[in-house]
Amino acid sequence: MRLARFSVQQVMAAVIFFLLLVSPPFLSSFLLTLLTQALIYGILAMSLDIILGYTGLASLGHAAYFGIGAYSVGILATRYGAAFGITLPAGVLLAVLVAAIFGTVALRATGVYFLMITLALGMIVWGLAHRWVTMTQGDNGISAIPRPDLGLPWSLSLSIPFYYFALAGFLIAFWILRVIVRSPFGQTLVGIRESESRMRTLGYHVWLHKYIGFVIAGGFGGFAGVLWAYYNGFVSPVDLQLATSVEVLLMVALGGRGSLIGPALGAGIIVLLKNLVSVYTHRWLLILGAVYILTIVYAPEGILGAIKRRTKEVKPRAVGVHGLTEGEIEGG
Amino acid sequence: MEFWVTQAFNGISYGALLFLLAGGLSLIFGMMRIVNMTHGSYYLLGGYVGLTVIRQTGYFPLAILAGALAIAIIGVFEWNAFLKRLSGQELGQVLTTMGFALIFQDLALIIWGGDPYTIPAPAMLSGAHRIGDLYFPIYRIFIIVVAAVVALILWLVLEKTRVGAMMRATVDDPEMARGVGINVHLISMVVFALGAFLAAVAGVVAGGFVGVYPGADFEILPYAFVVVIVGGMGSLKGALIGSLMVGLLDNFGKALFPELSYFTLFAPMAAILAVRPTGLYGRA
Repeated sequence: MRLARFSVQQVMAAVIFFLLLVSPPFLSSFLLTLLTQALIYGILAMSLDIILGYTGLASLGHAAYFGIGAYSVGILATRYGAAFGITLPAGVLLAVLVAAIFGTVALRATGVYFLMITLALGMIVWGLAHRWVTMTQGDNGISAIPRPDLGLPWSLSLSIPFYYFALAGFLIAFWILRVIVRSPFGQTLVGIRESESRMRTLGYHVWLHKYIGFVIAGGFGGFAGVLWAYYNGFVSPVDLQLATSVEVLLMVALGGRGSLIGPALGAGIIVLLKNLVSVYTHRWLLILGAVYILTIVYAPEGILGAIKRRTKEVKPRAVGVHGLTEGEIEGG
Repeated sequence: MEFWVTQAFNGISYGALLFLLAGGLSLIFGMMRIVNMTHGSYYLLGGYVGLTVIRQTGYFPLAILAGALAIAIIGVFEWNAFLKRLSGQELGQVLTTMGFALIFQDLALIIWGGDPYTIPAPAMLSGAHRIGDLYFPIYRIFIIVVAAVVALILWLVLEKTRVGAMMRATVDDPEMARGVGINVHLISMVVFALGAFLAAVAGVVAGGFVGVYPGADFEILPYAFVVVIVGGMGSLKGALIGSLMVGLLDNFGKALFPELSYFTLFAPMAAILAVRPTGLYGRA
């Protein structure tokens, strides 16, 4: 049954990948920009999945790293005309640095306390974006961020080349994150999620693992932010406000925690839903609110979790050592 | 000198408003460990209901009472129908209550529109009290008095009555409380209603002070959370001290370092939490 489960996922992944690769010329430019947006939010959701899905820590301040990446690009590109070769490392490193500082504070707590501390930390960054007008232009945001020039034959100001640019970023992020979660390090994170005390007894340095996971998540959040600034051409405090942090949590929960693909799927669904619904009605907040509630009521394990449970109902999964199912050990 | 006194007074009155909002939230946190993103919506909806009532009747105390009762009912419904099943699931709580917050936000926009309003305060609360060269708006003094009275009542109920003892027992150890025959379910519901009630009182009172406007819900929510975590979940004393700290830091930060004002508010809070993750008066 493990084989069956993986093949379902693999088939799904292959089909989605194929569609992502070949569909752009057939899509309207509106749908294409939405898809680009979904890929970028997908990176953000996957980065949050490292701490939420794999380590079991719900953060209410993850948009901060997204914002740091985006503002790095905004400030460097519009003020200093910095190229992608500068803005990318700057945005990611700054996000890593801030995550490294915040992690020392946030990881002293778990559960509700972790949520609240990450909220306060996220508000620090939001506050700077909102109020530090000389640097960030406050609520007006930073506009007219030029698309990067990579010296390619295709200009990234066009939507199809930029889509492939974002797709490349998404695939690189996905690949690296997948290597991380499948490594012994990633498995240790899952172990910590399942039983922190057991992992500590086994001699693992629990805090250090969580800390590194937290910093990796921040770094990839920053990477998503870098792409977002180039995609949108505009950054504002909205990109890192509390509601954005919660929305990323929803993407991860909706798709299915601890699977990388799930959160990316969740990001795609939310981005499409938000934008398509708002075409037809001004009342999309009502619908988004309902999606939040319905997700928790009907699919608390997310879409991938629900699919897995259905396959599990057909055939019970093998129970591994110490009562953990194999899937749990693998982090599935 | 004048600057310091005026700013300190403004900070304390804002802190008083925050205490109204966060005092109940702290009890909810302490007792049920529920992360309620709707708390800011209770504040906003309370203000709007109060606004409607005062337009119809022109009677300020009735506006406060009606707003608070209406919101308490909404809160009890939300808790009974959704939240009580989610105990221990922080993510589920955050997302469910966020869903309600968005729905309430949109409903408020449909019903009351997007314009900012001020709730007209009664004549006896307008004007200012003058001491030397300094003017103290009566309305701000009124907020401080309301918060002080609420704090006193809450303290008396919690410390001196049987119901209060049951509440404290439930905060300390819900399982043992249930074991000795306390109806934890009922107590939790009452506390949740109380929290929503007080948030709505804060909303109506704030309507005559900072106004009622779309977005006020998510603007004030982080403040309420910060008060609760810094003070310590479930601690009334913590909520009081946390409110005053946040109120003062916010006011002086905005006056002295306008560009870094949120930094000067949230960074010290984070520093306190780094040293004491459970807050000043909280217990793990």
